[in-house]
Amino acid sequence: MAAGDDTGQRKGRFAPYGLLSPGIIWLVLFFLVPMWTLLRIALSHKPNPYLPNYVFSWRWSNFSDAVDRFRPELLRSFEYAAIATVLCILIGYPLAYYIAVKSGRWKNLLLGLVIVPFFTSFLIRTIAWQTILGSNGFIVTSIHDLHLTGLSDAIGLTTRGAILNTPQAVIGGLTYNFIPFMILPIYVSLEKIDPALLEAARDLYSTPARAFWRVVLPLSLPGVFAGTLLTFIPAAGDFINAELLGNTNTRMIGTTVSQLFLAESDYPTAAALSFIFMAIITIAVLIYAKVLGTDELST
Amino acid sequence: MRAVHWVTRHLLGFYTFLAFVWLFAPIFVIIAFSFNKPKGKFNTVWQQFTLENWAHPFARRDYTQALFTSLKVALVSCIIATIMGSLLALALSRYKFRGSGLVNILIVLPLTTPEIVLGASLFTLFFDRNYTLGFTTVVIAHIMFCVSFVALTVKARIRGFDWTLEDAALDLGSPPLRTFRTVTFPLILPGVLAAALLSFALSIDDYIITSFVAGDSVTTFPMQIYGSTKTEIPPQVHVIATALLFVSVILITIGTLRGLAKERA
Repeated sequence: MAAGDDTGQRKGRFAPYGLLSPGIIWLVLFFLVPMWTLLRIALSHKPNPYLPNYVFSWRWSNFSDAVDRFRPELLRSFEYAAIATVLCILIGYPLAYYIAVKSGRWKNLLLGLVIVPFFTSFLIRTIAWQTILGSNGFIVTSIHDLHLTGLSDAIGLTTRGAILNTPQAVIGGLTYNFIPFMILPIYVSLEKIDPALLEAARDLYSTPARAFWRVVLPLSLPGVFAGTLLTFIPAAGDFINAELLGNTNTRMIGTTVSQLFLAESDYPTAAALSFIFMAIITIAVLIYAKVLGTDELST
Repeated sequence: MRAVHWVTRHLLGFYTFLAFVWLFAPIFVIIAFSFNKPKGKFNTVWQQFTLENWAHPFARRDYTQALFTSLKVALVSCIIATIMGSLLALALSRYKFRGSGLVNILIVLPLTTPEIVLGASLFTLFFDRNYTLGFTTVVIAHIMFCVSFVALTVKARIRGFDWTLEDAALDLGSPPLRTFRTVTFPLILPGVLAAALLSFALSIDDYIITSFVAGDSVTTFPMQIYGSTKTEIPPQVHVIATALLFVSVILITIGTLRGLAKERA
């Protein structure tokens, strides 16, 4: 940090470690140590199928067994999360763009309005979607009254005339519940763009569309990148949407892990499955970072 | 031709309007259904208007109790996490020291770990050490995921802060504690308050991690709701949600207005 000296940043010998220690100790004890415990259990086996106890035994086969057993749930989780993330970009980008560039003095108000819905509880919002998407809800009854069930089935909005308890509802719920994490980073990156750059593009006879593609979009990619991580990771691990808006065929990995731990007490399988899930996410994130060419993970 | 032009110019605005309708649709449903008189146990189909739910918002003892448990958990973990997180942010932005990169990574890691993995790993830790699940374990977990949010929020707010102001105070003979109280603290306070609000909101709304570490003796508000969605959804849920929404909107509005007033002054 070159500017460090200008702002009076100090070289500390003991003081910084004193300030850090409570938080760091907490994160080590309740984040790193639990991860270590989880890894050890993932390599253990259960001597007695009726007891939750386990014995460490370097059992690497737990990982392949877990993948074999829960492949559909794993694939489904990443599929739903990926579709929801794309939808979040498609809905969130224009919205963030409008607020950052076009809204003038209404900017702060609109930005506030984006966040307000998320001050109600996650669960209650999702229950409200049950009401909206249910067979007595406005959308489904309208489709039925207009005799458009065939059309809405064909375009994939409904499945046999229903929305609730279908994959569409789960993906819709994921999109809705995680979209602020997409809108806000994109907004921040758009807001940072110097208007002089756009003026320069205009002076050089660029059309507005071309200026957008060549100037605005590339500069906003870090926001899209951050937003994608912040929506994809929690969406893939979520099970509330799948449980409240889906059916037994839309079950995601979160439900499986939770049941293995809390209902079946099969800790080694559950731990192995958690690690596989995390490993896939990490690989996906690294590939995505490579493709997008964003090296500034920290910004 | 002119009509086409008008449409393209207002297309983005119209799209934004539709997006806002979508964002607020469930909120209107929650508010409307807090005035609904449900037939049966599920407040999910509109029947008729009533003020009865608002007259008896605490009619359901179990839900009220769960709400108070949640408020208690949120308050305790918010205070502890805000203190620890702010100290982390202060150390990182004020000092140059060995290992600051590692500290940064340790702070970001919990945020990029899926909640089920965080919950599962804490569950295994407590099981492994024979630690009884309950209020304490819930608070421990909530502090863990709030600390990182607080540290990042406060750090972002005090980036570029001019630490020579502190030196000036010290040079003028102000003792260190007094310098902190009269110079440093007022400057970092807005960031700290924003972080505290955020961690309170995160804590009170968490279900996934809490479900792993709560055991049978503690029921938070989200656990109470989730646990009974298959058997009932009483209208009090909608009333409490609406009330909480209004309280937070008012708090945020006051905060924003005060911030704006300060900027103008």
